[in-house]
Amino acid sequence: MVSNKKDNVLAVLSLSGGNDGLNTVIPFNNGLYRDFRPNLGIPEEQIIPLKDPATGKETGYGFHPSMGPLIRFWEEGKMAIFLGIGYPNPSYSHFRSMDIWHTCEPDKIGNEGWLGQAIKELDPSAENVLTGVNFGRGLPRALAKEGVPVASVGDLETYGLLTGIQGEDQRTEALDVFGRMYSPTIGSGYALDYIRRTGTDALKGADILATAPGMYSSNVEYSATAVGQYMKNIAQTHLAGFGTRVLYTTSPYNGFDTHASQAQAHSGLWTDVSANVETFIDDLRGHDAMDNVTLLMFSEFGRRVGDNGSGTDHGAASVAFAIGEHVKGGFYGDYPSLDQDKLIEGGNLEHNMDFREVYSTILEDWLHIDPVPIAGNFTKVNFL
Amino acid sequence: MANNDIALMTHLLRRAGFGASRAEVESRAAQGYESTVEELLNPNDHPGIEEDLLFRYQPAYNEPAAIETNVQQWMYYMINNPRQLQEKVALFWHMIFCAGHSKIDSGQEMGLMIKMFRENGMGNFRDLLMLLSTSPGMIYYLDNSESHKTAVNENYGRELLELFSMGVGKDEEFNYSEDDVKACARAFTGWNIAPSYPPFPYGRSAWEFRFDPADHDESDKTFLGQTGNWNGEDILDMVCGQPATARFVARHLYNYFVADEVPVPSWRQTPPKDPELIEALEAAYFESNYDITAMLRVLFNSESFKNARYTKVKNPAEMVVSTLRLVGDHQDIKPGLFEISQEPKYMGMDLMNPPTVEGWHTGHEWIDSGTLVERINFASDYLGQTNLPGVKGIVDRLMSEGETISPKQFVDGCLDLVGQLQVTDETYGELVSHAEREGDLTHKSDTEQQDFVRRSGEMLQMIAATSEYQFG
Repeated sequence: MVSNKKDNVLAVLSLSGGNDGLNTVIPFNNGLYRDFRPNLGIPEEQIIPLKDPATGKETGYGFHPSMGPLIRFWEEGKMAIFLGIGYPNPSYSHFRSMDIWHTCEPDKIGNEGWLGQAIKELDPSAENVLTGVNFGRGLPRALAKEGVPVASVGDLETYGLLTGIQGEDQRTEALDVFGRMYSPTIGSGYALDYIRRTGTDALKGADILATAPGMYSSNVEYSATAVGQYMKNIAQTHLAGFGTRVLYTTSPYNGFDTHASQAQAHSGLWTDVSANVETFIDDLRGHDAMDNVTLLMFSEFGRRVGDNGSGTDHGAASVAFAIGEHVKGGFYGDYPSLDQDKLIEGGNLEHNMDFREVYSTILEDWLHIDPVPIAGNFTKVNFL
Repeated sequence: MANNDIALMTHLLRRAGFGASRAEVESRAAQGYESTVEELLNPNDHPGIEEDLLFRYQPAYNEPAAIETNVQQWMYYMINNPRQLQEKVALFWHMIFCAGHSKIDSGQEMGLMIKMFRENGMGNFRDLLMLLSTSPGMIYYLDNSESHKTAVNENYGRELLELFSMGVGKDEEFNYSEDDVKACARAFTGWNIAPSYPPFPYGRSAWEFRFDPADHDESDKTFLGQTGNWNGEDILDMVCGQPATARFVARHLYNYFVADEVPVPSWRQTPPKDPELIEALEAAYFESNYDITAMLRVLFNSESFKNARYTKVKNPAEMVVSTLRLVGDHQDIKPGLFEISQEPKYMGMDLMNPPTVEGWHTGHEWIDSGTLVERINFASDYLGQTNLPGVKGIVDRLMSEGETISPKQFVDGCLDLVGQLQVTDETYGELVSHAEREGDLTHKSDTEQQDFVRRSGEMLQMIAATSEYQFG
């Protein structure tokens, strides 16, 4: 089961709800930032300045104060920051916009996910039921494609079938019965046969995944939050060497939707994300297992440039991040203009980098598959 | 009571509703099959949910704004509405007349659309299409709000014909041409909503249908061979009179209530599985002047329906709601329904948010390794909770079968009481040999009773985990 070749792995942390890019990577030298953010502007002395990793010069941008743990990766030159990322004719609906990021289909409603399609290319005959693993309940559309088995794990410690059966012996016995009940039948109809095959796959996947926590030991500590648990689960699964190539998780649903009380909420969200991403990378580095991993973090949209008093409403372009040993650190794309006449549809940042440029780069340069059928025809961003 | 009467009634209540407790099945079976069918077909003659009372205890369910609350409210209705067929039919239309929250971005509009299906889904099909064509959510979802006299958007016009009424074709012929689509779209110009969307700069307020005569194409249009200054209503009249529409509605009813059909895009080339029943349904459609209830009457009283037991893969809403009705949980307002209302989504059916206008892929396509784990764990977790009234009722009945019960009797009893579930010989053999490991069941002493209850819970969990329990 353990794969000898260190195939490249993509880990994705989706920041659900629409992260406020303007208060994440802050253009603190821009006077308009202060004008638009009278209530939610971050005081300059608290902003963590981003200096050019090569020259040490100020870039004019800085991290939100709660993102301290991530500055290391920027300084090491292992973090790419995509400025002004989005897509044309933005949707301001969480669901629709997330769907667009999931399916690469801004104009029509697509039902195949970009990573579901990628997994199909990586493992065309679904030999490994764990080529793609999602952490969280229900499968994000990014991973959906017919005929592609993707395990969706609510909690790796307790994942499996018949988890409600008390007592280890009883459950082991029940799972044995289950395995036999799902063995193939002859002449009982396509649907029943299909369900039994799927059940056998699911049991196989669950059996393999269940061994991951036992194989794992580490001296780092993740937070007792959903993001902490899922980043740990991603690390455990990667370290177990099941040949998983795509690991996906989502921060608590719509958490980044900071319409009100953003000052406290946004700080809390980034404290959680930054600490657990740092722990995750330290964990993998400690196990000498970070070299073949790239982590992508994105959100479905950014937020309105002007604050609404205590929060911000749905916006358009935002920022995204990639971190990894093979990532060429730096800024990609331009920071969208904050000039009033450059804002779109009631005061939103206009994108200048399509997210599909980033996807195309990951697909071709990291997972080594043809990006065009999945993401469309886009210029790559040279960050890998 | 004859075993077959019970089995037949269980089947009816599972298909024309979301299943029922054994006690309800028995009292309905005593009432008789045809009489029960009539009761289901005439929901307005019988009490439904007492909304005054419900909203007093749960004010949040009264025209909620948030999408999550709308889904939760619908889940409550599916579990508890005594007019079960209304809820089943609302889900039926939601799976055909697909509009989704992902684009509409308004929980309230989605809730109103489901309410419209609940209240009108068993009525006249032409009336229903009219309500659909004037539904603000649908107008926005399929871009009719972007369709103007001078710049026609064909989206609604096309889907009305292709997915909502006639279907692409039947008996290998095409039902309409591209020119018909264009004429149809022109007839619906000016059918719009107010206020417009996106809601800048003042935020969102409720939508209403608004016909704008100035934006309606008044010129002649040729639709299905007839030329005139057609408006949308004329189109609906012509569409409803088509044999293709009768066939389309009949096949959908068959696919939802009787047996899984091939996917809709194949209907032009693939003849119906059961041509006789489809013909009878088509006849009922025309004889009743497009009455859905009249079609359902023919359907439920047909031999094909009565014999189609456990032949359909349950959709996720059926899996969740029928399991809850079997175990007797959430029959009153209590905490935890939000989590329950998310379960169908984990199983691949995000209610009020179908993936596309073509809806969910049904039948065995509900199942993949992720959704199967969710289905099995959900059902077996609930069936294993021996303190829930429905499960307790099953255990009591098993005990009442005698002082000592053999493993085989035990398995037979459990399969019977979860709804006369039919399993393959192999599955049956595994369940019996599992029961045989601990031998006969008795319930004299306290310890024996505890063992009996524990073993019942485990057996019910095993049954909920079978491939056969995936069918309804």
